[in-house]
Amino acid sequence: MGAKTNKRITEELLNQLPDDKGHFGPYGGRFVSETLMPSLLELEEKYLSLKDDPTFRKEFDKDMADYVGRPSPLYFAERLTSEVGGAKIYLKREDLNHTGAHKVNNTIGQALLAKYLGKPRVIAETGAGQHGVATATVAARLNLKCKIFMGIEDIRRQTLNVYRMKLLGAEVEAVTSGTQTLKDAMNEALRDWVTNVDDTFYIIGTVAGPHPYPQLVRDFQSIIGREARAQCLEKEGRLPDALVACVGGGSNAIGLFYPFILDEEVEMYGVEAGGHGVETGKHAAPLCAGKPGVLHGNRTYLMSDESGQIQGTHSISAGLDYPGVGPEHSWLKDMERAEYVSVTDDEALAAFRRLTLVEGIMPALESSHAIAYGIKKAATMRKDQIMIINLSGRGDKDIHTVADIDGIKV
Amino acid sequence: MSRLKNVLETLNAQGKKALIPYVTGGDPKPEWTVEIMHTLVEAGADIVELGVPFSDPMADGPVIQLACERALKHNTSIDDIFEMVKSFRETDKQTPVVLMGYLNPLEIKGYENFAIEAAEAGVDGALIVDLPPEEASSLVPFLNENNLDSIFLIAPTTTDDRIKYICDQSSGYVYYVSVKGVTGSATLNVDDVAKKVAQIKAHNQIPVGVGFGISNAESAASVSNVADGVIVGSVIVNIIAKHQENKATINSEIKTLVSSMRHAMDA
Repeated sequence: MGAKTNKRITEELLNQLPDDKGHFGPYGGRFVSETLMPSLLELEEKYLSLKDDPTFRKEFDKDMADYVGRPSPLYFAERLTSEVGGAKIYLKREDLNHTGAHKVNNTIGQALLAKYLGKPRVIAETGAGQHGVATATVAARLNLKCKIFMGIEDIRRQTLNVYRMKLLGAEVEAVTSGTQTLKDAMNEALRDWVTNVDDTFYIIGTVAGPHPYPQLVRDFQSIIGREARAQCLEKEGRLPDALVACVGGGSNAIGLFYPFILDEEVEMYGVEAGGHGVETGKHAAPLCAGKPGVLHGNRTYLMSDESGQIQGTHSISAGLDYPGVGPEHSWLKDMERAEYVSVTDDEALAAFRRLTLVEGIMPALESSHAIAYGIKKAATMRKDQIMIINLSGRGDKDIHTVADIDGIKV
Repeated sequence: MSRLKNVLETLNAQGKKALIPYVTGGDPKPEWTVEIMHTLVEAGADIVELGVPFSDPMADGPVIQLACERALKHNTSIDDIFEMVKSFRETDKQTPVVLMGYLNPLEIKGYENFAIEAAEAGVDGALIVDLPPEEASSLVPFLNENNLDSIFLIAPTTTDDRIKYICDQSSGYVYYVSVKGVTGSATLNVDDVAKKVAQIKAHNQIPVGVGFGISNAESAASVSNVADGVIVGSVIVNIIAKHQENKATINSEIKTLVSSMRHAMDA
């Protein structure tokens, strides 16, 4: 008896989540205004009927192979490992995907759903612009009208991705309300969806939002963990000891973690954006420093003040600059199955430079958070242990941010 | 009988329709809200919808978003809203007050505390925009225990099955959102509204209030021909936005607008 026993995740329990209303324990659910409810119910019904449909699966798998370039390699970072002097560090190379990040796994899946639902228009919110680019990409390919909502603050720090989206034929709308970042882009996308619900499919970029989004985004992204698991078994003959991934909304992390949840010996670390330091209040780390609340359609750990207003966040990386997190992560935290930690802007930046110099791989600033924590953690592990870090995206988009810090005009 | 039910039944007996204006509590400043509420009643309001400001009002258009921002500049909290209702109740014991807002401030306060303190303050019902009845079991029992009505939304997209389900969960009235969109966006089509109201009435005798897209006396009158209540928000909030430095102008302009709606509805 005792809390520990109750927190064991069995296969039976895992298969029941989310429940039929989209709950992961107390988290998740469907907290939206009535106008959207029928669409969400329709999407859920369609998704549940398609997810195990052989034709749908085949189409998804084919796109993953021929368009995205999967499987992405599991790369042994030999020089980094020897410098750190601890666990063997492997990088799951999602940065090598078409469009340069893990986001495309999900946009391909959701665009297929849009096609099956007969919706001619897609919309999406974006922070760093990776999800916006991945959405604009699939929209171009499937000839769908596409509008991307992006906070004006993020447009300023991600000019390259904004231009990429425009080249791909998408309309990019600058969001000027609230804090002018990812959460406000999501508000604006929801407002568009409620207005154009008949012909529009909302491609949510992370494992948050109302049910069934957390489930379907997880399912599409789980290809990361399934591949990593098989690749690790093939290369090392056993499972890894630790997984590390950055967590904003948490889609790359859940993608890596999910296929390992029942492997109790595999430790899982989600790395949130510590900004200037969690103690300063200027961060984006709801799992480390927030409490449960309701935003954007789901109940989850949130950064809100004592009267329930959503707080402004800070992170050097636009993709992590979000006050909430996917509900399944909230559940994994409470179940003590995954541990959530944070690293600061400065630590992430140092990891960005180090991986670039030591391995010749320039990580996205989001992924640099995972690298920073992975390096720290690996140093405390034995040399015969194995760690997989999810290198969720490449860093080209962040060159301007880093150059600014260096005082260089590029 | 709840104050809300009483008012709606009395109006029905008189062959009149309910005029239900909305303002955001604390907009443009918390000290002005109670006087604005009294103005609404003097001008002919039957029920007052008082908005609880929220930082991320996803279902609202720019007019009400900005009202929330103005109210939050003064840190208007749920507790402040309760104080406003208490103060309003010192002189107005009849007019029902319905709180309208988003879930997170209630979640953080605690549902039971919310319901107890709302009832103590003299609130009559709650309409939480991002809380469909499927998720409402954590709140509704506390509302019921404290004799507060639970008002839910019905939308143009709502199916027949859901209409029945939502009506069964609602008390006081149901709020029919007349257009697909956010508050203050498009203009409604009265024929479409009439059809949907008839569809709702086929299931349930609960009164139907219609909101979104009612911006003048004429649209208020035409909606009152087909529904039990007319809910008016953005056009009033716009007056507040325009004259946010001048309390007397806000009150006199609101009085002119709301009275014109009242007269048109009663004509």
